[in-house]
Amino acid sequence: MSTAYDLVIVGGGPAGLSAAAAAREAGLESILILERDKELGGILNQCIHNGFGLHTFKEELTGPEYAGRYIDKVLELGIEYKLDTMVMDIAPDKTVTAMNRTDGMFQIKANAVILAMGCRERPRGALNIPGYRPAGIYSAGTAQRLVNIEGYMPGHEVVILGSGDIGLIMARRMTFEGAKVKVVAEIMPYSGGLKRNIVQCLDDYGIPLKLSHTVVNIEGKERVEAVTIAEVDEHMKPIPGTEERYTCDTLLLSTGLIPENELSKSAGVELSRVTNGPVVNEALETNIPGVFACGNVLHVHDLVDYVSEEAKKAGENAAAYVLGGCKDDRSGKEVKVIAKDGVRYTVPVTIDPERMDDLQVVRFRVGAVYKNASVAVYLDDERIQKRKKRIMAPGEMEQIILKKDQLLAKEGLKSITVCIEQD
Amino acid sequence: MEKRNLTCIGCPMGCQITVTMDNGEILDVTGNTCPIGDHYARQEVTKPERTVTSTVVVLDGDRPRISVKTKGNIPKSEIFACLEEINKVRVHAPIAIGDVIIPNVCGTGIDVVATRAAGVA
Repeated sequence: MSTAYDLVIVGGGPAGLSAAAAAREAGLESILILERDKELGGILNQCIHNGFGLHTFKEELTGPEYAGRYIDKVLELGIEYKLDTMVMDIAPDKTVTAMNRTDGMFQIKANAVILAMGCRERPRGALNIPGYRPAGIYSAGTAQRLVNIEGYMPGHEVVILGSGDIGLIMARRMTFEGAKVKVVAEIMPYSGGLKRNIVQCLDDYGIPLKLSHTVVNIEGKERVEAVTIAEVDEHMKPIPGTEERYTCDTLLLSTGLIPENELSKSAGVELSRVTNGPVVNEALETNIPGVFACGNVLHVHDLVDYVSEEAKKAGENAAAYVLGGCKDDRSGKEVKVIAKDGVRYTVPVTIDPERMDDLQVVRFRVGAVYKNASVAVYLDDERIQKRKKRIMAPGEMEQIILKKDQLLAKEGLKSITVCIEQD
Repeated sequence: MEKRNLTCIGCPMGCQITVTMDNGEILDVTGNTCPIGDHYARQEVTKPERTVTSTVVVLDGDRPRISVKTKGNIPKSEIFACLEEINKVRVHAPIAIGDVIIPNVCGTGIDVVATRAAGVA
């Protein structure tokens, strides 16, 4: 094994695979993917439901099929990868320290690094749920892996906290495998999941969704015996007298995803306090030249198609960086993209009008449900775009597209603002 | 006269649609705010269909199970009958993506196919 590569990609999920293929197709030869699991494909392997790939392949695929297409591409392109390999550290000089059972601990000097580590589920410990700590409490994704990959049922009578898509998908999956899903409780007044999943995973099987409800007690010392949920007020405080007790042996948590950036931090990558992902410029490059980020480690996506698209850009840009001689070609003329009035964040956070592509996608999320509001884009004080949307919701990622010539035409441009305007 | 209440899945609006029916004939669709909702509601009350996904046990494979799907939509009423058939199946490795696992499941004319490959252990 060579100990120097032009590009090391940390993570072999949808982001890492798409980035690797794009970098190779852009002419980069020396690429290594490091994957922690025993196979490529990442979390898609356990997402056996359909609905993936409508944008990318114009057909509805399951998770494993979608992953399979990218894995095949990476294999065809002859890109090197290592499985069962845990990256321990990324140094600011792009030395990657990793370990596995065959090579032991080893170091790789990389000219460029793509962060594609994905995200993790928010655990019980981060939720402040009172009650005992018995067996039978799982994050929805853990339950998904047990059922779909390992073939184990986590339990038979289930309560789900959180209405994220994984929780909704698991409500149906557990029902398919003979479990009784009694209720889904969501602390927010709206669901974070896709409408289609609420209808096809809950309504189809008569599973109630209780909005503005949370778990206030877990009973059972060895194993979960019952869960009590209660309605919450506008400050998310439980309202006394609204408690309902459900006997059950399993509690699944689908309460949000957090980008996994421990490695980014040790590398010195600046992180956003809103997304918990790296702060990137229009090239998806972090504050460290030659270190790029894409996929759920950058910001949590709802559609894998957009992960692949974003990662392709990261791969192309990493290739261009290496093939261009690893020069930091930031002009210092980056313009800040400001998220305000209902827009929680944007990716990227800065754009260099001279360096950007002719068209630049800016992705963002809104902080609340907006009906018949508009997405407006300002170059300094001048509004250049206003697009009315029938609905925008925190669970659905939005995007705007900026034109290079429009940005270049604006003399002395200082900021680009993306905001929501109500009419 | 019968009224069916549906949530449209066409977009995040999730319009609450009411379909008024008489003897299986659709008299009226209300509550939708665009043609997608009208189309969805008519399909849903007359011929609801779903793609079913699950897993089957693999014998002597390099993994304990593989994922499967119905290659197209099947009638919603056949979902659990289809799952029962899927649960009875034991397949031998090797399996490739797209291999037919159950032909014409429950007489729907739709095959259950593998969505994951399995090699020999």
